[in-house]
Amino acid sequence: MRKRAKDRLPGFLLVLPSIILIAIFVYWLIYRNVATSLDQTVTRATKRVLNPGGLANYSKLLGDGEYQHALFNLLVLTVVFVAGTMFFGLLWAVLLEKGVKGEGFFRSVYLLPMAISFIAAGVVWRWLLSPGVGEQAVGLNQLLAMMGLERFQNGWWQSPTQFSMAAMAIPAIWQLSGYVMALFLAGFRGISEDQREAARIDGASEWQLYRHVLFPQLSPIALSALIIIGHMSMKMFDLIYAIAGQNSYKASVPATLMWTQLFAQNNPTAAAVNATILLVLVAIVVVPYLIYTSKSEKGTH
Amino acid sequence: MRKRTITSAVTAGAVAVALAACGSSTPAPGDNAAEPTTGAAMETTAGGAGGDVGVFTWWAAGSEKKGLDALVKLFKEKYPNDTFVNLAVAGGAGANAKAKLAADLQNNQPPDSFQGHAGAELLDYIDADQIEPVNDVIDALGGDSVFPQKLLDRLTVDGKIYSVPSNIHRANVVWANTAVLKKAGINEVPKDLNAWMADMDKVKATGVATPLSVSGTWTQVQLFENVLIADLGAEGYSGLFDGTTAWDSDEVKQAVADYKKLLTYANTASDGDDWPVATDMVIAGKAAYNVMGDWALAEFTEKGKKEKEDFTYFPTPGTDGVFDFLADSFTLPKGAKNPGGAKDWLMLVGSAEGQKAFNLAKGSIPARTDVPASDFPPYQQSAMEAFKTNEIVSSIAHGAAVSLAWNTDISTAISKFYSTRDDATLVSDLTAAAKKYTS
Repeated sequence: MRKRAKDRLPGFLLVLPSIILIAIFVYWLIYRNVATSLDQTVTRATKRVLNPGGLANYSKLLGDGEYQHALFNLLVLTVVFVAGTMFFGLLWAVLLEKGVKGEGFFRSVYLLPMAISFIAAGVVWRWLLSPGVGEQAVGLNQLLAMMGLERFQNGWWQSPTQFSMAAMAIPAIWQLSGYVMALFLAGFRGISEDQREAARIDGASEWQLYRHVLFPQLSPIALSALIIIGHMSMKMFDLIYAIAGQNSYKASVPATLMWTQLFAQNNPTAAAVNATILLVLVAIVVVPYLIYTSKSEKGTH
Repeated sequence: MRKRTITSAVTAGAVAVALAACGSSTPAPGDNAAEPTTGAAMETTAGGAGGDVGVFTWWAAGSEKKGLDALVKLFKEKYPNDTFVNLAVAGGAGANAKAKLAADLQNNQPPDSFQGHAGAELLDYIDADQIEPVNDVIDALGGDSVFPQKLLDRLTVDGKIYSVPSNIHRANVVWANTAVLKKAGINEVPKDLNAWMADMDKVKATGVATPLSVSGTWTQVQLFENVLIADLGAEGYSGLFDGTTAWDSDEVKQAVADYKKLLTYANTASDGDDWPVATDMVIAGKAAYNVMGDWALAEFTEKGKKEKEDFTYFPTPGTDGVFDFLADSFTLPKGAKNPGGAKDWLMLVGSAEGQKAFNLAKGSIPARTDVPASDFPPYQQSAMEAFKTNEIVSSIAHGAAVSLAWNTDISTAISKFYSTRDDATLVSDLTAAAKKYTS
C-alpha cells in the first residue's frame, strides 16, 4: 500500500500545477460567473433596479423577446452549420479516400480556410454576403447574376424570413468542413484494407461496402465531429460580429447579445446570466458525450 | 468570453502596477482643488501640477491622431512640469477602447482623464459614480461666455457638468453629388422632407436607382434621428429624452412613416457596413444623397473631389436652423492618481488655443465660440456660424442624447425595422426602450 502511494506521488506532483490552474481559471471562474449571475444590482446614482437578483434574473432574460429571438437564431445556425460541415466533410473525405491524384494538394486546399481567423474571414464574407440585389448586387449576388441565376439572389442573413440565420452558416461551413474532412479521413485510414477485400469477396457492392462496413466504424468519429462543431456553433461570436457589426437584430445570437450586455449596456450581471445559460446548453451536448467516451474507453481496457 | 475577461483583467493589473509606480514618486499638489460642484475659482499651479498625466483616448490613427498630437505638443509647452502619458487604444471606432476602459474603471484603476462622447453617454459613468463634476474647470475657462449656453444645457446633469468638450461635429448634414443633381434638374435645396423626396423621384427618373445611400445600423439610426428632428422640431425632439415628448406620439409615428418612405429610396445595406460605403456611393454617382456627420468631408477631399464642383452639402431638409451636435470630451475620473495634472489637461483641452490646434488637425469645429473662424476651411466656417446661431440638439447615434445602453436598444429596434419595415413594432420598441431608461 505504502509503496503504491510512493509510486503515485511523482505523477501526482507532475499534474498538480495543471490541476491548480484549471481549478482556478476554469472552475473557480465558472463559480464566480454563476455567483455574479444571481446578483441584485441597482444603479448607484439613479437607483434604477437593473437586475432583480436570484433566479428572477434568469426568468427576466429567458422571458425577453430579444433573447428568445437570439436563441432561435442560434438553433437555426447550429442545425445548418452542423449538417453542412458533416455533409461536406464526409463527401470530401470519401472523395479523397478513393485515392485521387494530388491528394495532399486537395487536402491542404480544403483545410486552409481553417487557418484563417474568423474575424479576417468575416470581413470578406460581410462583402460576399451583401444583401443588395439587382443593380446593387455585389459579392455572391453578383456572382449569381454573372451565371444567369438572378432569381436566386437574396438578402442572405438579412432576408426577411425567420430562418435567415442559415446563411450565416455558409462562411462557418466554408471554414470548418475541411476540419471534419480531416477527422473522417483519419478514420478511413484506420480501417484495415483486409475488411474491404473481405467484403468485396463476399460480393458487396461499393455502396454496401460503405453503408455496412466502413460507415459503422466511423460513428465514434462522426459523434466527436458533431460535438466539436456543435459546441463551436453555440459559442460563435467573432464571425457574426465581423459580418453583422454591433446591434444587428437579424444576426443576434446569445453570444453577441452577451457582448452588448457587458460592454454597451454596462450590465455584467445580465451577461453572466446569459453566459451561464450558454454553458448549460453546451454542457447538455458535451457531458453525455464525455460519459459515453469514458464508458467505451473502460470497455476496451 | 471568459478568456477575454481574464486578459483584460490581466492587462488592467499591469496598468495598475505601472500607474502606482508613477503615482508614488510625485504627490499631486492639486488634490485639494478637486472639490466638486462649487463655482469657486480653481487652484492651479503655473507650469502644471507635475507628475504623469495618463490620458485615455481611441484616437490612434488618421486625423484624430494628428489632433491629439497637436494637443500634446501644446500641453508640453504650457505645462512643462507635467509628463503626458498616451493611453490610446486603437480600433473599432472606440468599441475596443470602451471595453478596456470599462475593465480599468471596474478595477478602480482609472486613467487621469478619458475621452467620452459628451452628453448622455457619460450617464453610465455618472450613474456608476466613476467620474467627478468639472464645473470648476468650465468656470475657470470662462463658462457661458465662451461656451454656448445651449451646449452647456445639453451637457448638464442635475446641475453639474461632467466633461470638457474638445470638439463639435454636426450630424444633420446631407452630402450630395452635384453632377447627379444637375442631371435631374435640381437646382434648389429642398425645404422639407416631402420636397426632398420629390427631388429623389426626379433623380430616380434619370436612372439612378438609389437616390439616397445608407450604410450599417448606426448610420440608419443617424438618418432616423434626422427625420425625428425634421418632424418634431428642435424642442419636440429634445423632449424625447426628458419625457416631455412621448415616443408613441403622433409626431413620432409620422417620423417613422417618413423614415420608412425614405428607405424606399435607399440602397440595401448590410448591418455591418461602415459609413464610407454609403458616402462612396455619392462620390461615385451611384446615389445622389447621403446623410452623414461632417467627418464625411474628409472622405470627399481624400478622393480628390472639389466643393461646389463635385459635391455640395446642406442641413437635412426640415432641420435647417437646427444643429444636431455630437462632441468628444474629456473627464475627471473618481480616484484619478493625479487630479491636478488631469485638470491641467482639461484646462488645455478647453482653452481657445488648444481647441484651435486640435480642430484644425481633426477637421471638426471648436466647442468655444471665441476661436476666430477665419483660420478654418470653408465648411468649418459655415458650421461654426451655424453652431453660434442655430438651435442645438443632441445626437442619438453618437451618444449625446441617450446613454450607451439606451442607444443600444434604439439601434437594435432600428436594425429590426430595417428587415421588417413594421411601423407599429418600431414605435412600440422605441417606447419600451424609453420607459426602461427614463423612469
